[in-house]
Amino acid sequence: MADSTIDRATFEDLKATAGADFVHELVETFLSEAPEMLKDLRAAVAANDADRFRRAAHSLKSNSNTFGALALGTLARTLELQGLNPVREAGGAPLEALELEYARVAAALTELKRA
Amino acid sequence: MRERGRSGARLLVVDDNKVNRLLLKRNLELMGHDAALAENGRAALEMLRRETFDLLLLDIEMPEMDGFQVLEQIRNDLQLRDLPVIVTSTLEGVDNIVRCIELGAEDYLQKPVNPALLKARIGASLEKKRLRDQQKELVRRFATPEVAQELQQSGFALGGKRVRGTVMFSDIRDFTPLAEVQAPEDTIELLNTYYTLMFNAISGHGGIVSEIAGDGLMAVFGAPLPLPDHCDAAVRTALEMIEMIDLFNVDQVAAGKAPIRIGIGIASGEMVAGYTGTNDRATYTCIGDTVNVAARLEAHTKVAGRAILIDGATRAGLRESIQLEGLGPVTIRGKAQPVDVFSVK
Repeated sequence: MADSTIDRATFEDLKATAGADFVHELVETFLSEAPEMLKDLRAAVAANDADRFRRAAHSLKSNSNTFGALALGTLARTLELQGLNPVREAGGAPLEALELEYARVAAALTELKRA
Repeated sequence: MRERGRSGARLLVVDDNKVNRLLLKRNLELMGHDAALAENGRAALEMLRRETFDLLLLDIEMPEMDGFQVLEQIRNDLQLRDLPVIVTSTLEGVDNIVRCIELGAEDYLQKPVNPALLKARIGASLEKKRLRDQQKELVRRFATPEVAQELQQSGFALGGKRVRGTVMFSDIRDFTPLAEVQAPEDTIELLNTYYTLMFNAISGHGGIVSEIAGDGLMAVFGAPLPLPDHCDAAVRTALEMIEMIDLFNVDQVAAGKAPIRIGIGIASGEMVAGYTGTNDRATYTCIGDTVNVAARLEAHTKVAGRAILIDGATRAGLRESIQLEGLGPVTIRGKAQPVDVFSVK
């Protein structure tokens, strides 16, 4: 269900202030940009690049909050604050959780866009 | 296409994230503003130096050049230092927000940005910029080009430096009863004409008007730029001011209105000149004993029944021959030693 993944109030607010058509375009932009951020996180871990990791997590957090993807935003924020070391130590597990949540968000947003 | 509103401003949005950029641009356009976009700090600075913007919306976390570095560059750039910057970010930690403000950001907005809040903050920033531009315009109009440029280049750093110069106080005699019998519109018109004439005389002799209050004004000769003949300049200015008032009175009387009289006090010596106030609102002024003496002499013109009074230090500094009448030592409030007072004829 879309409601548990995307906070409907936030999403409706966004549509009301920016316009439904514009928000549809914005969702498409997000769906094409976000996979790059996820890839960036993986690459940053592989390269042990803390700055790149923090920036990618920061971007993902920021966009998640814009659309009301609160769970995804919280996961991204944790990554931003903790940095890449806990991810390395956990063998990448936090990234898998993030990618899983993103898949839910992407599906929910696609559904909302169609509605 | 949406047309730019009457109050439309031109803004630059800097954010490395495309969703954020597009959303901010959309919000700004809905407010009637025009928004250009940059992906990082370096690109933003290039655009700022190439085109004119009214306001910058700045993200902090960016590759190439982050928002902190952009703020530093803007602060050190004479052409850009007055550009208002609102930081829009999801920065973690109050210390980061404090750092933005310390680096000169005018405001900070948490992302996702609430459109109503964004509108209010942008409105406030643009209004402040308009006032600053107005102040700059005043300086440009009422100070000589050299002084205006010095002010521009030295920036608005608070604090003062010791200078030697001459201070002048002037006000309209019996202004309050005059204002009471005539319409407020007439009073405003009278003050505007008066100030235009006085400012013109003062800047024409290399002085700057540092304060105006009601019908009184304070002018400084010898700061912020040194003026070798500051004593002569001030006295010449005073004579021109009296001459201007005489001409003005011819018109006043012809129009059936009351003539006005002014009193001028002038003193010379050391003083501390600089900006006082806060970083947002500061005036260029001088303080010290010399300033007090000039103010007291202006008040003393009523007692002495003379239009222009100068102190001994100003007389000693005169290079031109100007007709003076010695009034002897006068005890003035705040001074232990009596001051030698001269009337300018």
